[in-house]
Amino acid sequence: MSTAKNSDFLLEIKDLKKYYPVRGGFFRKKIGDVKAVDNISLELKKGETFGLVGESGCGKSTAGRTITRLFKPSDGKILFEGRDITNIRGRELRNIRQDIQMVFQDPYASLNPKMMVGSIVSEPLVNYGRGSEGKLKEEVMNLLTKVGLPEDAYYKYPHEFSGGQRQRIGIARALALKPKLIVADEPVSALDVSVQSQVLNLLKSLQKEFDLTLLFIAHDLSVVKHMSDRIGVMYLGNLVEVADADEIYRNPKHPYTKALISAIPQPDPRNKSKRIILSGDVPSPQNPPKGCPFHPRCPEAMPECSEKRPLLKEVNNNHRASCLLYE
Amino acid sequence: MSNNEKLLEIKNLHTGFDIEGKTYHAVKDVSFDVKSKEVVCVVGESGCGKSVMSLSIMDLLPKHNGKIDKGQILFQGKDLVPLNTKEMNSIRGKDISMIFQEPMTALNPVLTIGFQMDEVLINHTKLKIEDIRKKSISLLKQVGISRGEQIVHEYPHQLSGGMRQRVVIAMAIACQPKLLIADEPTTALDVTVQAQILELIQNIQEEVGMAVLMITHDLGVVAEMADRVVVMYAGQVVEESDVDRIFYNPQHPYTKALLNSIPRLEEEQEELNTIKGIVPSLKNMPLEGCRFVDRCPEAMPECKKITPRLGETEEGHSVRCILYDASRPKSEGEVRL
Repeated sequence: MSTAKNSDFLLEIKDLKKYYPVRGGFFRKKIGDVKAVDNISLELKKGETFGLVGESGCGKSTAGRTITRLFKPSDGKILFEGRDITNIRGRELRNIRQDIQMVFQDPYASLNPKMMVGSIVSEPLVNYGRGSEGKLKEEVMNLLTKVGLPEDAYYKYPHEFSGGQRQRIGIARALALKPKLIVADEPVSALDVSVQSQVLNLLKSLQKEFDLTLLFIAHDLSVVKHMSDRIGVMYLGNLVEVADADEIYRNPKHPYTKALISAIPQPDPRNKSKRIILSGDVPSPQNPPKGCPFHPRCPEAMPECSEKRPLLKEVNNNHRASCLLYE
Repeated sequence: MSNNEKLLEIKNLHTGFDIEGKTYHAVKDVSFDVKSKEVVCVVGESGCGKSVMSLSIMDLLPKHNGKIDKGQILFQGKDLVPLNTKEMNSIRGKDISMIFQEPMTALNPVLTIGFQMDEVLINHTKLKIEDIRKKSISLLKQVGISRGEQIVHEYPHQLSGGMRQRVVIAMAIACQPKLLIADEPTTALDVTVQAQILELIQNIQEEVGMAVLMITHDLGVVAEMADRVVVMYAGQVVEESDVDRIFYNPQHPYTKALLNSIPRLEEEQEELNTIKGIVPSLKNMPLEGCRFVDRCPEAMPECKKITPRLGETEEGHSVRCILYDASRPKSEGEVRL
């Protein structure tokens, strides 16, 4: 194994693909693929927050779950600290999972209702034989305080908590093993704005404290921009643009990113900027359009867009976009 | 939109639910009005009673335990509260129509789009049976569905979320209602589709000349759509004014905190402002004093004792907070806000 040739990258993804088979007919033969993730490449630096943004069905959650190896990738490579984890199994995979943890979207579904919060948070520690008998409880109490829950939460059950507090429990569980990478899949989309800001602040401060690398997946660009150092925009399984958070907002290159930014209603009645209204809906990932996946809805589409598939290319410093306009 | 005729007037509305023999009020003393051709947005977090309020107007509360205890809902001067189902049916879908958050559940999955649209027209118009289908298709055109001739034969599951919401809007405007109640119409949709639907509602509102009562939690949508804004918290109206004043001169501490807690695209913020705690549940609602007191950054000792009233602080701007209550005795050295 080549050990960490790029030591500042914690995670590198190369041409990652995840296809789900579609079966049909009498013998349940495979008749096609849903191309949930169709070729994405990105790398996460140590200690940074990378935001992955896109609309529903764009493959951002599948990407997150494939990276954590909850799903097996169909093709491509995932390097974690320079080590290829694309196809590892069994004990090796179990070991690597200590370093990659996940926070899920729905704080109601992701916690076992029959388990005490104390057991939920200590389960990862017990699983990996970390934390000695006597110290286990103390450590869990510590974690609970860290995420802003009272210590007596240890003896309570998930239903006794509100959505925001449950998300804190989920975060405490993810932190228990002191992972290097946390994949947060829409961690605040189920929460109200006032609670959402509490959880976002918590994630940000914990990231600093534990020197975490965070892959933050969300559909809300304002939230992603607030959280992230760099942002990747996904459309129909493809990464269409990657740049620094500020750069992508001030100077979007890809027509989809432009439309996405302009479509966000701004909480300012005096600033009703012109919206770019896209026509139609996101096409089905089972049958994506030829050429550029965005061309049927693109306001700047050219004839060749339906033929040639653009690649993610550097447009500016650290700013990549996949659009024929820049090739 | 200078027409000052009050289309809908809600007066001291109390809507309660019977739980284990006790009545809990999800909507407590809500009063506001909607003028004709005006877009009013009701904004608040989940559990603040905004949906219950809209269901009360439409008389769609769950029959077994929900009821309006007190108050009036005047539509064109006529009180809707005492009306029976039959009388309400002649108003619902005709003069007042409603669109819901989840367009999949609002449509019947086993009936074609055409059947469901025709039904509205059969019930509320005197159109001849042979013209009804034509009208349905033209309504679909009006909401931006060009292949209406095919869509009428399709079922809801064959359409995307945005298309379904368009169908629901087409049904809602079929009888040219005077008031459209839209309960979180874009919450289930993606931002690019949300932009399409918001624009559609705006265009239709101008075209048909109807008033819109829009219920949402998204302050971005409010800024985009509203003429006037009603901010609700824990079943009460805490502030009401025109959209500009709500965003540029908010007065109630809750409104201020809400506006401060949203991440903004154009600004660089290290840390977001938060509102501590959560909305009290129906069962734990404080009986006296201000309902926001435990989360309020500007709370004073007397906030726990004095129940604030909704009062005008200036023309067209009402606030429910004792900071703005002129009759309250001032403590020494306190500066009038």
